[in-house]
Amino acid sequence: MQIDLRTVAIQPQRQAFDHLVRRFGDKPASRYQEGSYDIQAAENLHYKPTWDPEQELYDAGITRIVMQDWYALKDPRQFYYSTYTLTRARQQETTEANFAFVESRGLADMLPDELRDVALKVLVPLRHAAWGANQHNTFICGYGYGTTFTQPCMYHAMDNLGIAQYLSRLGLLLGDTDALEAGKQAWLDNAAWQPLRRYVEDCLVLRDPFELFVAQNVALDGLLYPLVYERIVDEHLSVRGASSVAMLTQFMSDWFDETRKWVDAVLKVAAAESEHNRAVLQDWTRNWSARAASAMVPIAELALGAEADEAVGQQLAALTARIQKTGIPL
Amino acid sequence: MDMKVAKKKLGLKEKYRALTRDLGWDTTYQTKDAVFPYVGYEGIKIHDWDKWEDPFRLTMDAYWKYQAEKERKFYAIIDAHAQNNGHLNLTDARYLSALKIFLQAISPGEYAAHKGFARAGREFPGVGTQVACQMQAIDEIRHAQTQIHAMSNYNRYYNGFHAFADTRDRIWYTSVARSFFDDAMSAGPFEFMIAIGFSFEYVLTNLLFVPFMSGAAYNGDMATVTFGFSAQSDEARHMTLGLECIKFMLEQDPDNLPIVQNWIDKWFWRGFRVLGLVSTMMDYMLPKRVMSWREAWDIYGVENGGALFKDLARYGIKPPKGWDDAEKAIDHMSHQFMLGLYQWSFGTAFHSWIPSEDDMNWLSAKYPDTFDKYYRPRWKHIKKLADAGTPFKNYGLAKLCQCCQLPTVFTEPDDPTLTCHRETVYKGQKYHFCSDGCQHVFENEPEKYVQAWLPMPQLFQEPINGDLGAWMEWVSLRDGKDNGDYAGSEDQQNFEAWRGLATTNQ
Repeated sequence: MQIDLRTVAIQPQRQAFDHLVRRFGDKPASRYQEGSYDIQAAENLHYKPTWDPEQELYDAGITRIVMQDWYALKDPRQFYYSTYTLTRARQQETTEANFAFVESRGLADMLPDELRDVALKVLVPLRHAAWGANQHNTFICGYGYGTTFTQPCMYHAMDNLGIAQYLSRLGLLLGDTDALEAGKQAWLDNAAWQPLRRYVEDCLVLRDPFELFVAQNVALDGLLYPLVYERIVDEHLSVRGASSVAMLTQFMSDWFDETRKWVDAVLKVAAAESEHNRAVLQDWTRNWSARAASAMVPIAELALGAEADEAVGQQLAALTARIQKTGIPL
Repeated sequence: MDMKVAKKKLGLKEKYRALTRDLGWDTTYQTKDAVFPYVGYEGIKIHDWDKWEDPFRLTMDAYWKYQAEKERKFYAIIDAHAQNNGHLNLTDARYLSALKIFLQAISPGEYAAHKGFARAGREFPGVGTQVACQMQAIDEIRHAQTQIHAMSNYNRYYNGFHAFADTRDRIWYTSVARSFFDDAMSAGPFEFMIAIGFSFEYVLTNLLFVPFMSGAAYNGDMATVTFGFSAQSDEARHMTLGLECIKFMLEQDPDNLPIVQNWIDKWFWRGFRVLGLVSTMMDYMLPKRVMSWREAWDIYGVENGGALFKDLARYGIKPPKGWDDAEKAIDHMSHQFMLGLYQWSFGTAFHSWIPSEDDMNWLSAKYPDTFDKYYRPRWKHIKKLADAGTPFKNYGLAKLCQCCQLPTVFTEPDDPTLTCHRETVYKGQKYHFCSDGCQHVFENEPEKYVQAWLPMPQLFQEPINGDLGAWMEWVSLRDGKDNGDYAGSEDQQNFEAWRGLATTNQ
């Protein structure tokens, strides 16, 4: 039997803020709703940006995607700052424990040289690609329209930075500062990395936030994460005895599994909005994933050699299927 | 057996460098100008972004960990506050006017800062600068959200909170704060940093946050005080970023000095006008007052600000141009403001009131040179009208300043009996200002400020066409509930009845 504690009962005057009642009906709102919907200024903006007087301060017109209501692009994880940080804080504890485990047991030193070499060669330059991803998601947050769409991009950008930092620590643990220097050199000069670097730099001049979302979060991440962290780290390296590397990249695997649900949800709602959006998204996803695939081949070769082509082909097929499921015919 | 080679030990600074600075590279497939298109047009010269000193060294893993701890505590406390009817511990529901202004005018500013820092976090070519701005971008959305969450429970019981997303864009007094943030965001990245990072976060934040959060503590508002404590360590980071930014600009090239000085002059005055609302809160709206606006100004303005500008003098920076006019306004502004708010209280989604005899005695003790001489007689007259059943309401429209958007209720710096008006004719149009400071800001960038959205002219346009009722509907103001005198308001009646339920057996 449950006995309720007695408290002074006072009749509330209303259940939620007006703008939330208009959207969701007269009922209590969740903290995600309170912290996300309609909190960006929408009307009577005072001045045009001096950095681009063609734009409004918050401008839905700088992307080719057209939404009647940008707040329709909600995050199925319902991340607002608090739920986001609590989730990542738990994950970083696990990651910290994994790094400590590998370090304290000297597992890095026990790695066979050629596997360590492969791990360093493939993973360390990726810290720069992750920094590129950080730039792009920061951009989408800054210039995108509507908080439900833009706030997860800020969280994503900070995740990208976190991943770049974990990759740097992996380099320092398996190698040394030399490993970071060699990785940067490879990123800048080595032929295998140039297609990817070009991809990232071309994205740095894209100023359509939604196209950037497709190029980075859909196309590039959609190929890179499964290819590098599943196919190369979990399968190729672990099978050959380098499972400690997988411990150091668990964050990235878990992160990709979690975030792709959000990415897919955004695509799905944007595609369902109109024939126009579907056509634009089809065009973008096709072009950027083809480019991303060819950029990933020489990188996959560093680990997989002759199997690289096939491995990338498989991932591209999987990504295509994934995009089709969101309602974009490819 | 292989000899293990000892790894190079990295100091904290080098390690942080490896984990941030070193992630970036000079692009070769795209030019720097194409990647960072907005960094040049303001005229600030930066020769070496590597000279940037990281104002704090926080990697993401540590950020997640510390921030999550603070979040857990914050939500535990506001949950308990809501569950236990914490709002009944307020000194008095008059206090809520301060919170209503905060939610309608300041929380949206936190969100604007979030967007602005995300843009700055992408547009600056230095990784160190970018990372620091990005962290502030994510912090600022935290502040917007924790404020909304902390005040959400008040909205369930009291009027004036429910339409903050509508009043933010439409009601007249919120355009003071929003024009400030819109102004900063429509500026280039460097000016944005001086506006928000330096002037607002460094020079003026103590005048906003310390009195506000202390006011919450003094008046039993556990929810807001918890937010204040929780935000404090974020604010400390933001202040160091603002200071580093200005030093960096000044150290990089002597040509930057006049540009930066001009921005300091402008943003000090813009900020000072926004803070006028705080003066009224401190002197009038807190049932239990922390200190007077004058006392706060002496500590956080004169002392702290004085020390800061002394420190910056070695770069050639002078105290802001409007500093002396600000000093002259301190003993007048809260009274002039509250008198304005009272006469236009039919048009505010918060209550104002006539100060009680006790309140007036406190005010004359705190403002011995001005209150009894200039303001007590006016309040007495207003009280007489109210007692006679003919309360003083000004249904005439306030003339708003084209720059700061406040009604032109302030007096001449050297003559408190004369209202200050300035006018500038630009391209055949006449523009009005509340002060020399605002007029100067306009005259430096007239093309920007002629664009300002002014809430008063809007009254005579679609969809309102001069109809007060239509205007109230348009701004989601519920007449007789959200607005008017606190005395006799629904908030007052409810608070007293509920408190009676909680504290007596009647």
